[in-house]
Amino acid sequence: MTSPLLELDNLHTFFYTDTGVARAVDGVSFHVGAGETVGVVGESGCGKSVTALSILRLIRAPGRVEQGSAIRFEGKDLLGLSEREMQRIRGNRIAMVFQEPMTALNPVFTVGDQIAEVARIHANMSKKDAAVKAVEMLRLVGIPAPEQRATEYPHQLSGGMRQRVVIAMALVMNPALVIADEPTTALDVTIQAQILELLADLTKRLGTSILLITHDLGVVAENCSRVIVMYAGEVVEEAATVDLFARAHHPYTEGLLGAMPRVGGTAERLATIPGTVPPPTNWPDGCRFRERCMYAWERCATEHPPLYQIGGGHTSRCHLAVEPERRAHPHTPIAAAIGASAA
Amino acid sequence: MTFLSVRDLVKHFPIKRGVFGKVSGQVRAVDGVSFDVAPGETLALVGESGCGKSTTGRAVLRLIEPTSGKVEFDGNDVLALGASDLRRLRRKMQIVFQDPFSSLNPRMSIGAIVREGLTIHNLAEGSAADARVKQLLEEVGLRPEYSSRYPHEFSGGQRQRVGIARALSVEPTFIVCDEPVSALDVSVQAQVVNLLQDLQRDRGLAYLFIAHDLSVVEHIADRVAVMYLGHIVEMADVDALYTTPIMPYTQALLSAVPAPDPGVKRERILLTGDVPSPANPPSGCVFHPRCQHPARDASCAVIIPPLEEKAPGHWAACIKQPPTTVSWESQKSVGGTNPPDFFLPRAALHRSIDTTSAH
Repeated sequence: MTSPLLELDNLHTFFYTDTGVARAVDGVSFHVGAGETVGVVGESGCGKSVTALSILRLIRAPGRVEQGSAIRFEGKDLLGLSEREMQRIRGNRIAMVFQEPMTALNPVFTVGDQIAEVARIHANMSKKDAAVKAVEMLRLVGIPAPEQRATEYPHQLSGGMRQRVVIAMALVMNPALVIADEPTTALDVTIQAQILELLADLTKRLGTSILLITHDLGVVAENCSRVIVMYAGEVVEEAATVDLFARAHHPYTEGLLGAMPRVGGTAERLATIPGTVPPPTNWPDGCRFRERCMYAWERCATEHPPLYQIGGGHTSRCHLAVEPERRAHPHTPIAAAIGASAA
Repeated sequence: MTFLSVRDLVKHFPIKRGVFGKVSGQVRAVDGVSFDVAPGETLALVGESGCGKSTTGRAVLRLIEPTSGKVEFDGNDVLALGASDLRRLRRKMQIVFQDPFSSLNPRMSIGAIVREGLTIHNLAEGSAADARVKQLLEEVGLRPEYSSRYPHEFSGGQRQRVGIARALSVEPTFIVCDEPVSALDVSVQAQVVNLLQDLQRDRGLAYLFIAHDLSVVEHIADRVAVMYLGHIVEMADVDALYTTPIMPYTQALLSAVPAPDPGVKRERILLTGDVPSPANPPSGCVFHPRCQHPARDASCAVIIPPLEEKAPGHWAACIKQPPTTVSWESQKSVGGTNPPDFFLPRAALHRSIDTTSAH
């Protein structure tokens, strides 16, 4: 790959709150290639949504993207652009699909008007052309009777339909990148299957790249070619999807995979990760996963692990990469020893 | 004698219009649901949002007053009980709610929350109650020293543990778990699922486990009932339901679960369209407009399919899936053109995937 479509380099996004500085995103680097679908997974509070908002420069006070961070998109550094230039990129070259379609749509405008608005702003289309474009987009995302639906308000549509409308809005300008933040979390599993199928089909036809943010590893397995696992504001593991599921390296990834019940699975008891994600104002020293980890040893308390290369584009932020023999000696994590409940 | 038996449970919510609240229709949230739960058993109710699974759970406990039907619990006719008898019975039947944020009173310490049930039912007071609260907190994996803290000081998973301790405080034999892990992250979800299983093993609890996540359900349930638009459309042992689902709806539901095995492409039965409104459900079989059964015909839109035992312990509501008590003659008389025929379960593919993967 010569030059990726999107490249994050050492992104830091901090929030300055009364209770301290929340280092929500703390040195995140990754890239998304043209036409690629990349998954970002992690539990709530790991910084995945803040990463997405940082890319679009939608972080508001008390939050701030720190000096030294770089976000390159189509050769431009997004952090150096003026707000005006940024507006030309948002919705035009990079579009966003949010989790909750009801809050992403304006309840007092028809869905047709809302889709048309994108075309009018970014392509200077006439009112009439934009209305035609809106109907065309609704048809593209598989909404039956699009002429009729375009005149309806968001509350008249079901959750799955609303999410299709949001996707239609995102695709009006044929963006190079769509950031989908938990696009199916609020939907039922049958509707989720429809929406993911739709996204996969559209990327194939239009060549759009997708950054798919989710907590559901099943969704990642079926849709992404590459996965980035985030924990406590950092990338802890990155690998090709097949590789990650076959040979998860980081104990956190291992824990996530074990904790996930699977249809057809036979495990009597689910593996758990004891404890919870620490607060972002107070990340632990050394390895941030240490207290919940069943392999942690002295080195983990003192030395913050770098992202080790473990071959074939697979990276892992765990000292096991250099001391693999430690994996043979799992023990009870600190968080479990002091009570899974340590608040 | 059955432990919990629910027969023809119906809950219709009136739709009121205008200033005078004229009733203009009924939302048929639960429309004739019957099932039994045995002591120590977990029956899961699954289905998409709006199918009536939560309403069923609440109607069984009379947290919502059912429109009609019969609920028998431990020899008591639950729907006929007066207020004080019902309160006494509630000791034996408890509920754990989905949202650990809104189901705990933010002005009460978690110790007070867990203790409330003990006081109301006169189970313990004074230092005996304190000791009991500490013991309960320990049992659900919370440190007893936390009893003076308030709900906002805890994470979602910990709050859910408080909700479970509260339900356990009155020593119930039956708990309705209404989506207890849906709001939790996957690692925390596993902790709570394991806790529920441990408690069931130690105390012989019966659960009515309401959920939409089929992978969690397979893990925790003994039997599963699938609901669609206020009806139970299929009910079977968990293994039978997941390996040989009979109803086209169940097959579609199972095939829609994302498989955490990259590279494995599975045949997916995509349902078209959305769930119809329960205020205006389709006639006949409520699933017929979206059904992919090869024998589907005009009679499906007329005949309401009874829930029948298609195989030992495996119940389904489909007049096109043999054997059926709805005769072919009666189907023909209302426009039937295709005689009943087996629709082969395709979602059984899940099993073959898992044996070929790393596990």
